[in-house]
Parts: sequence; C-alpha cells; structure tokens
Amino acid sequence: MRAISTVAINVFRESVRDRVPYNLVLFSVLLIASSYLLGQLTAGQDVKIVKDLGLAAISVFGLFIAIFIGIGLVSKEVERRSIYALLSKPVSRSQFIAGKYLGLVLTLAVNITVMVVALYIVLGYLSWQETAEYKAVWDAPGPDPAMLKAVFLIFVELMLVTALALFFSTFSTPMLSAVLTFGLYVAGHFNSDLKNFDKVVNSQAAIWLSRGMYHVLPDLSAFDVKTEVVHGLPVTMGYLASTAAYGLAYVAALLLVATFIFSRRDFK
Amino acid sequence: MNPRRGVIVLVLAAAAFGGAIALQMARDRSYPRDDRQKEQILYVRSGAALKRMTLAFNALAADVYWIRAIQHYGGDRLSGPQAAAKYQLLYPLLDLTTTLDPYFNIAYRFGAIFLSEGYPGGPGRPDQSVALLRKAIVAMPHKWQYYHDIGFVYYWRLRDYQTAALWFQRAAIQPNAPNWLNPLAASMLVRGQDRTAARFLWQQIAKSEEPWLRRTAERALLQLQALDQVEQLEAVIKRFPPAAGESYSWTGLVGRHVLVRVPFDPVGTPYEIDPATGRVSVSEQSPLFPMPEEPRRLP
Repeated sequence: MRAISTVAINVFRESVRDRVPYNLVLFSVLLIASSYLLGQLTAGQDVKIVKDLGLAAISVFGLFIAIFIGIGLVSKEVERRSIYALLSKPVSRSQFIAGKYLGLVLTLAVNITVMVVALYIVLGYLSWQETAEYKAVWDAPGPDPAMLKAVFLIFVELMLVTALALFFSTFSTPMLSAVLTFGLYVAGHFNSDLKNFDKVVNSQAAIWLSRGMYHVLPDLSAFDVKTEVVHGLPVTMGYLASTAAYGLAYVAALLLVATFIFSRRDFK
Repeated sequence: MNPRRGVIVLVLAAAAFGGAIALQMARDRSYPRDDRQKEQILYVRSGAALKRMTLAFNALAADVYWIRAIQHYGGDRLSGPQAAAKYQLLYPLLDLTTTLDPYFNIAYRFGAIFLSEGYPGGPGRPDQSVALLRKAIVAMPHKWQYYHDIGFVYYWRLRDYQTAALWFQRAAIQPNAPNWLNPLAASMLVRGQDRTAARFLWQQIAKSEEPWLRRTAERALLQLQALDQVEQLEAVIKRFPPAAGESYSWTGLVGRHVLVRVPFDPVGTPYEIDPATGRVSVSEQSPLFPMPEEPRRLP
C-alpha cells in the first residue's frame, strides 16, 4: 500500500510540475467566467448556458488531462528508461500500475474540484444579482447542489477513460494510445445504439455481435446526466450508485488486464 | 536579460501593441468593411445527426443553436423589409435546439409565439408552431402549457375553434392545470370566439414568468384595447358625420365638439382617420402596428 501511495504521489507531483494541467484549469476557469458574457446574448437562459458550458468544460478538460497524461504514464517511463530504476525498487508491477492510476485520478480530482468551485462561484454571482421574479423562470436554482450528481458521474467517467489510457499505455505508443482511447471514448457514447440493434436488423448473428459489443465496449453515454441536472429533472441515487459501480467494475477489469500485460513485458 | 533591458522590451512590446490597435482603428475609419452577413447558412439540418456528432455535449450544442435562433430572429426583425427571406431559419434552428435538448422549455414556447406570428413579427407559420409544440409534448407529456399553446395557435392564428377547444380540454386534464381551461374550451365550442376570450388568453400569457413572453402579451393586450377604441370611435363618427361636401377629419370632429381632442392609441400615437370613409385605424408609426387579424365571431 505504501509503494502504491508513493508512486501515486509522485505521479501527482509530476503532473503538477507539468504545466499542462495548470493551463487547462486556468483555461476552463476563464471559459466558465466568459460564459457569463455569453449568457447575456440569450433570452433569459444565461444560467442554463453557464451550467451547460461549465459542465461541458469540466468534462472536456478532464478528458484532455485523462487522455494526454494517461497515455504517457507507462510509456514515458519506458522511453526514458526510468522503468529500470523503478522496478529495481521494492515496487511490484501491479503496485506500479495501481500507483500510476491513482496518481492521475488524484490529479483529476484536484482539477475537477477547482473547476467546480469556479463554476459555483459564477453561478452564485448570477443568482445573487437576479431578482426573485427572474429566478422563478429557472428550471433549477443557480448554484444547485444537484449539479454535483453530474460532476460525480463525469469524474467516474474520467476514471474509466484514465484506465483505458493507462491500459493502452502498457503495450502501445503514446500516439496510438491517444487514438485508441479517444476512439473508444467516441464509441462509448454511441454504445446505447448497439443495444437496440435488433430493431434495425434481422440477422441473429448481427444482433448477438452488437449485443456482445454493447457489453464489451464502455457504456459512456450512461454517465451523461448533464441535461437532466441542468433542467432540475430527477437523477436517483440508485441510478448514480449503479452507474458508478459499473464504472468502477470496468476500471478494475482494465487495471487487472493492464497489470497482466505489463507484468509479462520484457524490458531487457 | 538584465531587469533594465527587460523593462525596455516590455515597454517596446506595449508600444507595438498600442500601435497595432491605432493602425487597426485608422484602417477601419478609412476602409469601412461591410461586416453584415451576406447569407444565413445552416450547414447541418438533421437533429439526429447533430445529436450524434456532439457526443455528450448535446446540451451545450443546443445552447449554441438557441443563441443562433435568437440572433436570427432579432436580426431579421431589425433588418427591415429589405431582407429577402424573413425568418427562414427560425424553425430549423428551434427544431435543432429542441432535438439536442428535448427539455429546452423556452425554445418551444418561443417558437409557439413567434413562428405563428405573421410578418413582421414572425414568419406566419402556425403549422411549424404546432409541430414544435407536438415535439414538446412527446418530451414532456404532462406540461399543460404546451397543450394550451397549441390550442392558442389554433384559436388565434388558425381560427379553428373546435380544434382549439379540444387542445384546451387536453391541457385541462394535465397535472397542475389551471381551472379556467375547461370553461374556456366550453365557451369556445358553444359560441365560437370573440375579443373577450382573446383578451383572457393573452392575460394568462401575460402572467408568465418569462419577461419576453410577458412583453409580447402586454403588446397584444394593448392592441386589443386599441381595437375596442377604434370600434367606439367609428360608432361616434357614424353618429356625427360631417356636413355634405366635407371630408372626415379629427379637426372637424373636435371643432364640432364631438371629440375633446385628437384621439390617441394606448401607446400615445394619434389614430388615423380615412377622409373618405371615416374608418379609423392605428397609425403605421405606432408601436402597435401592424394590428392583429382578429378571430371572427361565429354566426
């Protein structure tokens, strides 16, 4: 456990030293603040647009962090040959993978926290300056605590994307890992279509294949409840828990396979 | 780089940047550019395709199309009569907005009011209003407002009182529906429609929390008030016609002490009188112009 936390903290420190997350956070904070100006262009929908933009920014910048740092977690150590020094220490390969993963998840958690705080400040300001009559039109309060449900699922989704990037990073080049991870991210959002494939084809084999792919590919569209929370529609705790549990189970599977592949790699 | 040299570099950079801004302003003064958009283009018209392309960012894309819809409407409304095709993109933009975000309540209601309104306030397409509202009902089947809005379009724009009554009845059975919907539907079925019902419906819309919806309803109520006043004035003019050989005029009516002064519409613009027939109308200079075409009374 100590070895995992040491690796994780080092990943976090490295990502902090790396200026990319700083720039992304700064950019997202600016984006959220500028969304206030964008809101002025629309007929009374500024709070909805600020929420949409804020949640989308959290998701997009988290995705960039997860993919572009995740793909280098293992391959960078191999390229720099620092992997030899690392593995000569009392750190097993599984601990190395787990530590790398948790370090990036910690980075994501800190980044998302900063972005969420910025979003709530903008929404709090908008809510404070509006009259009660104006606020009566809003589907949900300005700084609505229910938005944290969407943020929570974005975080779990990013954990899954990070696991995908790390998984590819164990056996592929950074470039190919980025392409594969992004490809699976896109495919994951179309996944629900595969479930309903039987409604458009008659072939039983095609139906089985699509069903199989539906279960194998990550079902990322399930993590998107942004529209619901922005409109104040109910998102049950049961849905949150089951979707998060699905995400964590998928992450566990990816990390186990990544560990298996990584443990079989020969670095001689 | 020593600190002194650093300061010099920064000062030079600031001066260069200031110079660039000054040159830009001078160029814009000397060579003004026509920044108006030549043609309004909508590259993607399929909501389903756009929904797929935007992955998990449908709501944000919906906001972008909503802003475009508002700008398109505002731009065409302000551009005057010279624009070739008025509001031609309003329906596709609102359709895309509501496909990307099916819970975008205000986009449906905006479409309900303005798509059905005739030129210059809208494209005069009540069919598109109804289509958008039917889409709203599929997404949110228990919101009585959408059923009411369809009834309103059938009543106010299409003059189909039977269908309007049917939609008001459907609105009445939805959760939290106000209790005036059923009597309204009944009165519409029994005696067709008159200005009283129109006033009542606009008064309900004027209670909306949306400021732009309230403003639209308030304008419509003032137009109805003007129609009442026009009727009263025409009745007075009919009772006190000018002497033979004279034309109808406000000065004549005031001079004969029929009226105490030239009459003004509810927003303070003088009414116009036809010198030949004595017909009274709202001035084209009035913010209330053009007046709505009223639903006819049933025989």
